[in-house]
Amino acid sequence: MGEWRVLIGQLSLVTSEPRPAALREMAAIEVERHRGRLASLAIAVVVIAVGVPLWWRTTETYRAWLPVTQINQLAQLQIQLSVEVEVVFSRGTLTTEHQKKIEPTHTRQEEHTVDETTGLSYRYETRYRTATIMEEDALNQPTAAETDRSLHLLSESPCGSVVVYVLPESSTLLPEAVSVYVGQRRTALLRAGRPMRVGVGLKEVLTHLEAQVQQVLQVMSFSHSDITAALSDRVRLDYSSREGLADSMRAFKSSPGYEITFSLLNPDPKSHHLHWDIEAAVQSYVQPLLSKLAPVADFSLDSQILYYAVLGVNPRYDPSLNAYTLNADSLSHVINPVEARLGSSAASSNPVLNFLLYVPDARHSPLYITDHRKDIVVSNAFSSPRWGGIMVYNVNNSSGPGTELPVDINIDMTRVMGVFLAQLRLMLGVQSSAPPPGFLVGPCGPAGLADWELDRLLWSRSVENVATATTTITSLAQLLDQIGNIVINDNIAEQVSAAVASLQLAVGQLESGNLGLAMQYSKEAILQSERAFFDPSLLHLLYFPDDQKFAIYIPLFLPMCVPILLSLLKMAAEARQRRRERQDKKD
Amino acid sequence: MPNLYDSYVQVNILVLYATHCFPTKCIFSVSHYRLFPTSLGQVISKFSVRELHISFTQGYRRTMQWGQTFLPSPPGAELWVWFQDTVTDVDVTWKELTNVLSGIFCASLNFIDSTNTVQPSASFKPLGVGNVTDQRFLRYAVLPREVVCTENLTPWKKAGYTSDLCQDWQCKSTAWELRQTLNVVFDLHSSGQSKREWSLFKMFSRTLTEACPLASSSKVDVTDNPQGELFELSPATPMLSQAVVLGNRRTYSQRVETCCALYFTESAMCQATGCRRGRSTPWCTTTTRTGPSPSSCWTPCPGTCVSTSHTLTVTSKGRDNKPSYIHYQPSKDRLRPHLLEMLVQLPPNSVIEVTVQFERALLKWTEYTPDPNHGFYVGSSVISALVPSVVAMDTNSTQERPLFSSFFPCKEESSYFMQVYTEPLLVNLPTPDFSMPYNVICLTCTVVAVGYGFLYNFLTSTFQVEEPSPGLAKRLANIICRLRGVPLL
Repeated sequence: MGEWRVLIGQLSLVTSEPRPAALREMAAIEVERHRGRLASLAIAVVVIAVGVPLWWRTTETYRAWLPVTQINQLAQLQIQLSVEVEVVFSRGTLTTEHQKKIEPTHTRQEEHTVDETTGLSYRYETRYRTATIMEEDALNQPTAAETDRSLHLLSESPCGSVVVYVLPESSTLLPEAVSVYVGQRRTALLRAGRPMRVGVGLKEVLTHLEAQVQQVLQVMSFSHSDITAALSDRVRLDYSSREGLADSMRAFKSSPGYEITFSLLNPDPKSHHLHWDIEAAVQSYVQPLLSKLAPVADFSLDSQILYYAVLGVNPRYDPSLNAYTLNADSLSHVINPVEARLGSSAASSNPVLNFLLYVPDARHSPLYITDHRKDIVVSNAFSSPRWGGIMVYNVNNSSGPGTELPVDINIDMTRVMGVFLAQLRLMLGVQSSAPPPGFLVGPCGPAGLADWELDRLLWSRSVENVATATTTITSLAQLLDQIGNIVINDNIAEQVSAAVASLQLAVGQLESGNLGLAMQYSKEAILQSERAFFDPSLLHLLYFPDDQKFAIYIPLFLPMCVPILLSLLKMAAEARQRRRERQDKKD
Repeated sequence: MPNLYDSYVQVNILVLYATHCFPTKCIFSVSHYRLFPTSLGQVISKFSVRELHISFTQGYRRTMQWGQTFLPSPPGAELWVWFQDTVTDVDVTWKELTNVLSGIFCASLNFIDSTNTVQPSASFKPLGVGNVTDQRFLRYAVLPREVVCTENLTPWKKAGYTSDLCQDWQCKSTAWELRQTLNVVFDLHSSGQSKREWSLFKMFSRTLTEACPLASSSKVDVTDNPQGELFELSPATPMLSQAVVLGNRRTYSQRVETCCALYFTESAMCQATGCRRGRSTPWCTTTTRTGPSPSSCWTPCPGTCVSTSHTLTVTSKGRDNKPSYIHYQPSKDRLRPHLLEMLVQLPPNSVIEVTVQFERALLKWTEYTPDPNHGFYVGSSVISALVPSVVAMDTNSTQERPLFSSFFPCKEESSYFMQVYTEPLLVNLPTPDFSMPYNVICLTCTVVAVGYGFLYNFLTSTFQVEEPSPGLAKRLANIICRLRGVPLL
């Protein structure tokens, strides 16, 4: 019985599934299909998990880490300039009552926004004190110049600071109508404007004084227009006048070094035999100025004599003067032909300041330079912005036909150097803008440059250096960010980091008022940023076009990815269909 | 093979910065220039150069026909520099100097690097008064491919005038000397001008009007013909000057060769056997009438060839000529070239043959020049010889002006130093197909893709058991069975 039941059960099982062989086959197919799906899934996973990262890592360009956040901070440049001002009241300028009440220090801050990314703030830290006995003695000297000298002997103020001595109004030290005397060093003598009567409050006295001191500072350290001009690398300035633009373009851009070349042009060696004692002239006139300017930049001096060098323009004969003239309009054509002969300095990459002394040949002399109104320029010289200066030196050609050629001529170097020094000061950006009314500027010392003039230059040059270095660094970072193909080596990253560090230090030193250190750091920042920017390794594979890359990848990627993609799509379609069937069943 | 141009141009610039004095007295930096060109002067002061020789040569000089040049130089650009002994890192200074000179002379001197720079030990000697021969401060390089163009002459014009700052052979002060020579061979006949007339105006497009007012002497020397059968000189000049050039007395100012000249004819041959091996044979023919003379010859091989030194043979007159001194510096791949220097006695009236076998190196893809099928130049070999002279020497002028005396050689000595350069060797290296990398990539990718496709297909396709279809024999048997009504097999 039992056996039968089993048999029937088996039979009924058989009858419910009509074709057992086909069924088995279908099950096997299903298993096989499942295996196939798993296999293609596994291959897809391997390709995505191993292949793609492997390809990515092996074809990746090496890009060292750059201090991007710090660079972005520098792009938003906030410079604070701090000036230490010492106001010394001499006897008779402040009542004893005021002396007791006066606060020893006073800080005033000015904020300026130059444009959306650049901000400036000036901080004037003023200290008030009364003059010491020694200083009083010094102030009793007969003339302002002597006072200035003896005050300097008493104490030396640090680079960037200013000392203002307030004199009583009755003081005879300053001439009439002169209220401020600017000395050779960093001191100024100021005549107290109003009689300090007993009735006047301290506050009024100080506000009046502050306005005057402010004016002194504009002359002796920096004015807002100087600093914005120094920022011209970052900020687009709108010059209201053509002259302002010309002024701003005259001086050389700040650079860690300059080459100064004096050239004597002798177009006619047959008739003129020229001697110039350039070595002695350089030693006595130029070298003191350059050694004073040593903190600003390194200078190297050269001189040469060029024979048969002619100007590119034919001078016109002016019968009224009985001389040849070069008009101001034609001066722009003079330089180019001469420049080809000058010989660029190949040994260094610093900008070259050219000073040319041209001795016209006998047929074209005397030669005078005339200005736009056809008046003869007294110095007989002109300067070209950011290039240098040319001076025409006429020699006496009165010698008759009997004289033996060539004529020996000694050039008066004092006259020449006077012109060249003035041009050099202009080119280097030592401004000698006219002081405001009531100011008397003392004669500058043997160096040809007063201490406060150097300070002025240092202020604007360090700000300019900071601005240039930040633009260089930010544009480098921008470029590297935009073009992902550029390899950034470790040494570039180091240079960039060093430049950023120097920049931060320079900004910090400007903030704390250490002008000398700020200049030094800003110079380092410029050098490092330029070195990073012009590094030849950045040029490698800069332009590796995408289409070529794809042309190389397609033969491998296309045959590999198409089956994977297709099978993935198929699987997704199947899964969707199964879900739909299941939903249909549920419904 | 040498380029058989009819014209031959050679520009030579030699600067001497002779400070042959006690170091305490020396001033190494000069910054005020009168006649000396500033751009060169700055370079020489900056890099502490004692002697700088630079030459650009183009064309093939037919030595047998035209005679030996006064200043022999190899085709292409040649630069050799003696540095002051104050230079600490000579290689770095040399590299910077070549870069700066390449800017000044508008030439590809910046391609001079460690792979084509050598330090010869015996073949070169300083020509100036500073007679310090410490080879550590000597660097020599040749670029045989460099062509001469007018660009190279621009600084020459800028440099202006041949000058010497001070001529003080005891050198109490710094002495500078600059020599610039331009050596041109005009072949007026072959250049289409049928008349055999020539003038300075025809050749240089300008005439000579006057002497340079700055020069202490300016002269034009014309080779004279004593019988007047060669040409007629106009305007005729009665002045005659005698000078000794390359061991022979010649009459100058209107100058003639009085006796048969001494020639070294030299050429280098490359015999290629197979694709990778070759034999370089610089050989020299001496037609000296005088006795044996010592000579040193060296061959720099750049990285294109790997020469094998044991195959070096020197034969003359069919017999082995054993060099008395051999200095061989093997190359390091892409770092240093080969340098072979030897001292060989040259017998008179003989041909000397120096053979070295070399193997051609395989270059990297990026190391090929833009026209690789042209071949690669192997720089000229130098033969320096101390040749006995017929005339006795006058030493006074040489000490005063070492350069001028060698250029306008009025010195008469028992033997004189001369250098001869061989033609550069043009080696053909196996040139690959430059689309090869892309082809390789495509081929590899295809192979990989085919393999991958097969594997992928194998792994992912579903397999079903299929009834094997009966074979042909079986099917035939079944048909027969069916026909006969027998049960099927």
